[in-house]
Amino acid sequence: MPRLRERETKREGSPWKGISAVVTKELADHLSSVRMLILELLILATAGVTAYMALSNVSRTSGQEDFLFLKLFTTSQDPLPAFVGFLGFLVPLIAIALAFDAVNGEFSQRTLSRVLAQPIYRDALLLGKFLSGLLTLSMVLSAIWLVLMGLGIIGYGIPPSAEEVARSLVFLVVTIFYGGIWLGVGLIFSTVLRQPATAALASIATWLFFTIFWDIIASVFGRAIGPRPAITVDQLVAQGARIQALSRISPNTLFIEAMVGLLNPATRSFGLVLPSQLQGAIAGAPLPFGESLMLIWPHLTGMIAVTILLFAVSYVLFQRQEIRA
Amino acid sequence: MTEHVIRTWRLTKRYGEFLAVNDLDLKVRRGEVYGLLGPNGSGKTTTILMLLGLTEPTTGSVQVLGYDPMRQPLQVKSRVGYLPDEVGFYDRLTGRENLIYTSKLLGLGRSEFTKRIDRALEQMGLAEAADNRVGTYSRGMRQRLGVAELLIKRPQVVIMDEPTLGLDPEAAHGFLGTIKELREQGITVLLSSHLLHQVQEVCDRVGLFRHGRMLLEGTVRELAEQVLGGGYRIELQVDGPDGDLQRQLQRLPGVTALEMDGADRLVLKTTDDLRPQVAQAVVRSGGRLFSLDLDRPSLDEVYAKYFEEVAHAQAA
Repeated sequence: MPRLRERETKREGSPWKGISAVVTKELADHLSSVRMLILELLILATAGVTAYMALSNVSRTSGQEDFLFLKLFTTSQDPLPAFVGFLGFLVPLIAIALAFDAVNGEFSQRTLSRVLAQPIYRDALLLGKFLSGLLTLSMVLSAIWLVLMGLGIIGYGIPPSAEEVARSLVFLVVTIFYGGIWLGVGLIFSTVLRQPATAALASIATWLFFTIFWDIIASVFGRAIGPRPAITVDQLVAQGARIQALSRISPNTLFIEAMVGLLNPATRSFGLVLPSQLQGAIAGAPLPFGESLMLIWPHLTGMIAVTILLFAVSYVLFQRQEIRA
Repeated sequence: MTEHVIRTWRLTKRYGEFLAVNDLDLKVRRGEVYGLLGPNGSGKTTTILMLLGLTEPTTGSVQVLGYDPMRQPLQVKSRVGYLPDEVGFYDRLTGRENLIYTSKLLGLGRSEFTKRIDRALEQMGLAEAADNRVGTYSRGMRQRLGVAELLIKRPQVVIMDEPTLGLDPEAAHGFLGTIKELREQGITVLLSSHLLHQVQEVCDRVGLFRHGRMLLEGTVRELAEQVLGGGYRIELQVDGPDGDLQRQLQRLPGVTALEMDGADRLVLKTTDDLRPQVAQAVVRSGGRLFSLDLDRPSLDEVYAKYFEEVAHAQAA
């Protein structure tokens, strides 16, 4: 009989073995799947339409404005919202579409036990799936970023400034990790729920909850905790800060704030601004890129952290899961 | 000394209150075909998953080819091929693409796996369907694709869970042939099943499972002797069996019981194949022999009888 000590030793072999095979295969699946094609076309169409609006808008104004290329992302004209508005709900949709059947799809096709009987760890399978999702998102979003920039160069007839490129590139990273969060949510539900359809619904419900209801809940809670009614200025400011802090739990709030901070260089702060804080500021003057980056740095790190956290949760759930179908 | 490629010590798996596998000491020798037999839910699949390190044992330990599947899973899984019950493949990929994915997970180089895949597909008669999507495959074809995957791995041990379940008789028969071929290549095979006549056809030894316990183990012969008393059943039809013939037959060494079945039929239980001796006895006593049949001990009988006895014992 083997000694007990042997069982206490660490497991052998690299958890990364086989990961490139998993990533390649999953990436191929994503890029050739019909649902991805539909969503990509949708994004491309909205990008095209909003860019066209922005370009025609600019040609009607004086053309004296700064940051023309950022306007490509942010210009809205009734009845169309800005492109970033579209991104705000299309990116979660893509991310959820990429992840909701990642694990339970393997169960329902009865491939999981066969794949895990190959000499790889479960780590490689899950991480491979997550990375391929993130890679797909990055590819799609980068392509769209390039398309928009290209349209801008053709439409304006001038190249973007370095700052515009930098700001929109950071925005690209923010958008990718905003998608990463929803990828993590989809992955968790696909691990916990055995039916892909249920997992998709649960992910979309979570997204709707944060998109639509969370702001309402945040403002109700923000008022409910703390002194009531808020009378003094201090109390009102504290209440505003509470509501804002609560609403920042939602990834949507983080994404929108980061987007505003990056693409609208005149943004100095989010939430309540007291007159005393504005002393000496030139209204409407843009912040330098570094300052804007400082402004949204917590948002960016927060999103990356949540993405990693959600992946870690799904990882733990998956490691503990019984393989038998 | 016989080498055991699979060995478990007091292996136990508990799901809450439910004991799926209870105190199992399993020994599978190198090169044999071993059958795990038992009704559904008797712990066969759980045992298999623990052998592969896909499920953690509650207590007890496992060694496969000298490795611990929980601590050295990659060592085990690169040497052991597994064919799950109702094996699944990615429906959107072709048969060949599925095998390429597996080969990459195995870490094979492209030139190597291309060769191995072509050969395996050829061997399993899938060469023509190789580039069709697996979604269009029949149950039997998926099963053969599963074996093709095993062949690519070139394992030392193959574990199959209910491999013939849901196959039509012809496909099932072909599959048993495949198992025999694997054994001829020196590969140890562990298979679980509840289709007894098929197990009987290919297995060197079997273990009877019930409620997570291994109740009986041995060759089909041994089990038959243990449970049914005699190993063989000889039926003969004789013209006018008289007392003299019956006495003569009873005196033959190896006959454990004799029964009359109707006016001209005799049923003997024996420990060996005694057909020549029985025929001689009939001729010597002047009887006319019309038919002489040997019933090999069937696992079905062993199984039915045994579980009947167990059920009685438990009821009592």
